[in-house]
Amino acid sequence: MESKFYEEDKLLVLKITSEIDDYVVQEIRRKADYEMERYMPRKVVFDFDNVTFMDSSGIGFLIGRYKFANIIGAKLEMTNLGSSIKRIFEMSGILKLIPTVD
Amino acid sequence: MFNNEMKLEFISKSSNEAFARVAVAAFASQLDPTIEELADIKTAVSEAVTNSIIHGYEKKQGVVKISSWLTENEIIIEISDKGKGIENIEMAKEPLYTTKPNLERSGMGFTIMESFMDKVDVESIVGLGTKVTMSKTIKPKEEKDEDEFKMLMSNN
Repeated sequence: MESKFYEEDKLLVLKITSEIDDYVVQEIRRKADYEMERYMPRKVVFDFDNVTFMDSSGIGFLIGRYKFANIIGAKLEMTNLGSSIKRIFEMSGILKLIPTVD
Repeated sequence: MFNNEMKLEFISKSSNEAFARVAVAAFASQLDPTIEELADIKTAVSEAVTNSIIHGYEKKQGVVKISSWLTENEIIIEISDKGKGIENIEMAKEPLYTTKPNLERSGMGFTIMESFMDKVDVESIVGLGTKVTMSKTIKPKEEKDEDEFKMLMSNN
């Protein structure tokens, strides 16, 4: 996962660069929470452009980060969702909690 | 009745999830599926294998077995473990139901398997293990071309 922080907007962009399953989530969860705590952003954008596979572990991951973002007062957004990833998120209803942007 | 068959066994490490879904997808590719059909199969396998590892064995070491068969136009995948089993299968299948919310599990595993595959059958005995059998019809290429043609025509 690559992270980039834009100081003036207090925006943290977390770009996921691997497939998302239960094994990978254990790693990127730690990293995402660490980066969010370190920068205390106002907004966090998860970029899925490089994600070629995701199973339901991704839903749990996003819900967990959504809760953590609420604690630190940040808003969450997602971008570049491929069609199969979008389908999984749609089934879970998570798109009502976390908006997607282009 | 079957044109091809394969069996796979691996220990219940979550690092094997990617191996399992890629192996089954490679086997399935003999039916010439679309990218979407292949993605559906990979996701369903990933869900079932993750269930065996996280819920069946609860991170203790065990063996996950996969058997798969191909017919002319269908793939059948059986994923089994000798883990702790599921007490209430109907409840486990409910969307958003999970016994492990603290591990950030979404409870969507069976829902995803059921919507990505044509058929999902779960057998489980508490203390003995769980077996998930799923199947999906892969349309032959000529039919897909026909469908695409029809869609193009109806759009114009």
